[in-house]
Amino acid sequence: MIKMTIEELHLHYGEFHALKGIHMNIPANEVTALIGPSGCGKSTLLKSLNRMNDLVEGCRITGSVRLDGQDIYGNMDVNDLRRRVGMVFQKPNPFPMSVFDNVAYGPRTHGTRNKRKLEEIVEKALRQAAIWDEVKDRLHKSAMGLSGGQQQRLCIARALAVEPEVLLMDESTSALDPISTGRIEDLILELKKQYTIVMVTHNMQQALRISDNTAFFLLGDMVEMDKTQKLFTMPGDKRTEDYITGRFG
Amino acid sequence: MAKFRETAMRYVFLLSAVLCIACVGVICVYLLGSGIPTMFEIGLDNFFGTTWKPGSGSYGIFPFIVGSIYVTAGAILIGVPIGVLCAVYLAWFCPQKLYKVLNPAVRLMAGIPSIIYGFFGLTVLVPMIQSMTGTSGKGLLTASLLLGIMILPTIIGTAEPALRAVPRPYYDGALALGATHERSVFSVVVPAASSGLMSGVILGIGRAIGETMAVIMIAGNQTRMPGGLFDGLRTMTSNIVMEMGYSTGLHRQALVATGVVLFVFILLINLLFSLAKKKEGTE
Repeated sequence: MIKMTIEELHLHYGEFHALKGIHMNIPANEVTALIGPSGCGKSTLLKSLNRMNDLVEGCRITGSVRLDGQDIYGNMDVNDLRRRVGMVFQKPNPFPMSVFDNVAYGPRTHGTRNKRKLEEIVEKALRQAAIWDEVKDRLHKSAMGLSGGQQQRLCIARALAVEPEVLLMDESTSALDPISTGRIEDLILELKKQYTIVMVTHNMQQALRISDNTAFFLLGDMVEMDKTQKLFTMPGDKRTEDYITGRFG
Repeated sequence: MAKFRETAMRYVFLLSAVLCIACVGVICVYLLGSGIPTMFEIGLDNFFGTTWKPGSGSYGIFPFIVGSIYVTAGAILIGVPIGVLCAVYLAWFCPQKLYKVLNPAVRLMAGIPSIIYGFFGLTVLVPMIQSMTGTSGKGLLTASLLLGIMILPTIIGTAEPALRAVPRPYYDGALALGATHERSVFSVVVPAASSGLMSGVILGIGRAIGETMAVIMIAGNQTRMPGGLFDGLRTMTSNIVMEMGYSTGLHRQALVATGVVLFVFILLINLLFSLAKKKEGTE
């Protein structure tokens, strides 16, 4: 089943043509990895899936992105879109408030006020993000005291608490140590049963380990997209092969 | 030669720094040295009493302390919400073009001499309140209003940079959860800047409690315990200025002692300010 469809997506930052007619299908309940050298447009594409690019001045977008067939740049409410398509950033960005308030922020934003209900949601989200046992005794202490890896899992819990359908991860392990990275990778494999995951990564091994599909980007074009195993063993394009074998990038 | 010049300049800088500190030191020594003995000479009961009649030996400045606190509290009540919201607007809502007008305007506000504010109060606020309430128009409410306006640039000037310094990822994170711009700003950015906002408020308090000229012109200056919103009152600062010109002997020393009390207030406020700053630094 296809969760998101991208058709003829062009994106300009001022004069700069950052995405040049992207076509892509993102399958539901699978992990799709976007790879490519810096500046190739993969993060830009990720941010156009929940319209975080809207904030960038001089950014123009044409073409269409559909979520369950509905055009997200059409008359879909952007805040509702961002509830359905959650995002985890490159660097952990917990709010300077308690662990509980961090996770409860999303549900509160969308109108959940009942304390019991919030407690349920928070516990469930923290368990899903595999961090419950580490924070259950310090729910009401500041999230800033957690380690980097814990903060990032907290941010994942925060994103999950609004029950999104798609989770976007923008190099979400690049600021973490190998052990924390391993935990988050395990977590992603667990989460894909319920969520559709799109991740940007600079780490070929990571794409190979946890993604089902990989798309390779170069200079604003999508060179190819295929099943990860196939793309890494029999790439269809010479440029892909050069990149994944480390000849440039 | 170059080395000599550098060494020489270093001593020039050192001298400038020492001069600044020496000023504060001399003021402290002079004020405390002449004020505290006076308090005991007058008697603490008398000095912190409620009657100020220098002619008959009563030097009670309690009404002026209360007056200063009332006026400052009123200014905070009026100025803080407006100032903080204005800073939020400037930092997170204002279109670039409008900012180019508003920002210099706020800076200009800080540069207007307080006598001009007092004049504005006297010719605009006083008649306005006069006609609305049928009182003299001078008093607590008028002084609070005017001081509330006067502390705006102080509050805005501290709060706006604090709001801008909030890391962008906090805001992005809230937005990515489906929060509107308004909710992201008010529920994540503003709390994250709270210690900076607090610094602005404390500086504003310092500005309000030390203000003299504008207050004299519109507060009514009665030497009695402040009553209602529309009753005249006198602050510590105005007490000093109004009577310094003709006072002699113990009367004059009592005014210096009033200055000591004011100075202690300012020291406390500065202490609070550095505590708030320290908190800001550790977060």
